[in-house]
Amino acid sequence: MSTGIPVQYFLILATIMFFTGVYGFLTRRNLITILMSVELILNSVNINFLAFNRYLYPHKLEGMFFSLFVIAVAAAEAAVAIAIIINIYRRFSTINVEDASEMKY
Amino acid sequence: MINFNYTIWIPLLPFLMFLFLGLAGHKYFPKLSGILGTCGLGIITLLSYITAYKYFFLSEKIDGAYQKITAVNTVWLQLTDKLHIDMGILLDPISVMMLVVITTVSLMVHIYSLGYMKGEKGFERFFAFLSLFSFSMLGLVLATNIFQMYIFWELVGVSSFLLIGFYYQKPSAVRASKKAFIVTRFADLGFLIGILILSFNTGTFDFITLTDPSGTAIAQGGGIAFLGLSVMTWSMIFVFMGGIGKSAMFPFHIWLPDAMEGPTPVSALIHAATMVVAGVYLVARMFPIYSLSAPVALEVVGYVGAFSSLFAAVIACTQTDIKRVLAYSTMSQIGYMMLALGVSGYGGHEGLGYMASMFHLFTHAMFKALLFLGAGSIIHAVHTNHMTEMGGLRKYLPITHLTFLIACLTIAGIPPLSGFFSKDEILAAAFHSNKLLFAVEYVVAGLTAFYMFRLYFSIFWGKETHYHHTPHEAPATMTIPLIILAIGSVFSGFIPFNELVTSDGKGFETELELIVAIPSVLIGLFGIVIAFIMYKKESAIPDKMAATFKYSYKWAFNKFYMDEVYLFVTKKIIFRYISQPVAWFDRHIVDATMNGIASVTQSVSLRIRGFQSGQLQKYGFVFISGAILLAILFIYLWK
Repeated sequence: MSTGIPVQYFLILATIMFFTGVYGFLTRRNLITILMSVELILNSVNINFLAFNRYLYPHKLEGMFFSLFVIAVAAAEAAVAIAIIINIYRRFSTINVEDASEMKY
Repeated sequence: MINFNYTIWIPLLPFLMFLFLGLAGHKYFPKLSGILGTCGLGIITLLSYITAYKYFFLSEKIDGAYQKITAVNTVWLQLTDKLHIDMGILLDPISVMMLVVITTVSLMVHIYSLGYMKGEKGFERFFAFLSLFSFSMLGLVLATNIFQMYIFWELVGVSSFLLIGFYYQKPSAVRASKKAFIVTRFADLGFLIGILILSFNTGTFDFITLTDPSGTAIAQGGGIAFLGLSVMTWSMIFVFMGGIGKSAMFPFHIWLPDAMEGPTPVSALIHAATMVVAGVYLVARMFPIYSLSAPVALEVVGYVGAFSSLFAAVIACTQTDIKRVLAYSTMSQIGYMMLALGVSGYGGHEGLGYMASMFHLFTHAMFKALLFLGAGSIIHAVHTNHMTEMGGLRKYLPITHLTFLIACLTIAGIPPLSGFFSKDEILAAAFHSNKLLFAVEYVVAGLTAFYMFRLYFSIFWGKETHYHHTPHEAPATMTIPLIILAIGSVFSGFIPFNELVTSDGKGFETELELIVAIPSVLIGLFGIVIAFIMYKKESAIPDKMAATFKYSYKWAFNKFYMDEVYLFVTKKIIFRYISQPVAWFDRHIVDATMNGIASVTQSVSLRIRGFQSGQLQKYGFVFISGAILLAILFIYLWK
């Protein structure tokens, strides 16, 4: 295959991003930060898609299209999530997830 | 063939009247409902008379016998092809006779109640219940099959319950109504068992098929035996158990005296003239089976009747509540009817007892309704039930006095009043077949005359009692029924029952048997004379008698402690040794199992509900750790 950056570099980067995202998702209490962590996870997956597409099937475009699709979905998801967050803020005057516990049990 | 289709209206009209009065009466015409109910019943009475005339005089006889006519019959409940319950109308001599009895007495009671119940709370409710009762009783006697009869039998029990408990604010009335319902209901259990055994063996509910003397039902019944008696006999004994309950025979008689808590017209209608003779009617209805296929059961009927009549007559001699005296007298007279059926054979002159029983049923309905309505009129005038608080009433209540005297003479069997004829037929029937039962009935005849005239003399003669306000004669609505029933009591003895109502439908000749008639009149007179000596004027004889026979008097006065025996059996034996262990089992085993399941579920879920915290991040943590764990498993162990 072509020379350049080896595929492991991409995968390492994606893994670091993914676990950073997971860590942020699990530990942060701020809804915006959680949303950002989710975006990180999605983007790490995108990198994986592109890297595998490039190194395994250079003549096909499915991986590219899939990443574009994920980006579109992520954008929609961000819009919906931010709308929800704004509503929660109006309702509770906070965006801390632990305070939004009215529907517990 | 004469068209009898219109007879459907005879039971239906009172039912519609019940719905009408019960639903709309209270709101729209509380005052008018009495008149409406009475008019409705008047129409029924007229229809019944027409039916009786057409049946007895216009319908064609085959072979000299009245035929059983099924006027209406529809399948009411189709369970399977063979098993179905019908509703219909059966006309035969006894059902037509009962039609006349029920509608006549019911009409009299309706008219009487217009005066007696005037101004009472629940006036319209009373008439609605009376209509319900008329409906159920007419449905009972007109039933084409035994299951229809059973249904109406229960309906009659319900209406009796409602009417006994009419004064539902009085605890004693409530107790009495419950007692009547439970005791008769218990007896009806036997009736139901009897029906099931009977129809299981014969494969039919239909009366015409069942009681056809040459039919298969009777022929095949004797075969199978159980405990030495044929299955047919057992089933008929069970059926008779229902009759014992409804007709207040020993040992299920305890409800009848208490049932006197109801309004007096109700006692006259239900607990004297119509409902309590349902048991007699039941045996008469099934008579061919009793006579031809289950003679042992018929003997049971006879002995139960004889014992009850003696038992009740003795108690009646000691009671002081006039309605209770009449109640025991009713029980005693029904015992007579049962006995007459018990000694009767089937067909022709052999069926004398059957005819006599129906005859006595008819005349008894007249004079006992008269006695009760008279008693109602007396109670209305002096506001007490106790004859010790009465005396010398003949001056104040002339019409009541005269009609009451006629009724007393009738029940004592003095010729030429109707009671003489019917009682004489019964005694004659007993005389020819069973001398022991004859002797019992002979004694009872004397006792009857004695206690009735004890009642009569204590109320209308005896000591002059001072009343708070002068008693006055009842209004015309109450005296007219008395007069009509008195006329009925005097003349109904001349109805040729031997031509009209017989066991096989054919008429037969009867003659007055002087060997029976003269002694029976003599003992009646004897009873009257003794009562005259003891109660005509205030005298010390009754108290002295009571003191002499202290223990037997006390026993009879306390009704031979039957109520106490029942209480003992139910409370001390059934409740303690059956109900309480069952209740314990229910509470500590059945309920506890269920409660245990519930409480275990609750405590477990209380502990584990913390898992479902609603915190998305906790879920995410669990999910991701699970995913990582699975990934490690797949990578390193899945080789």
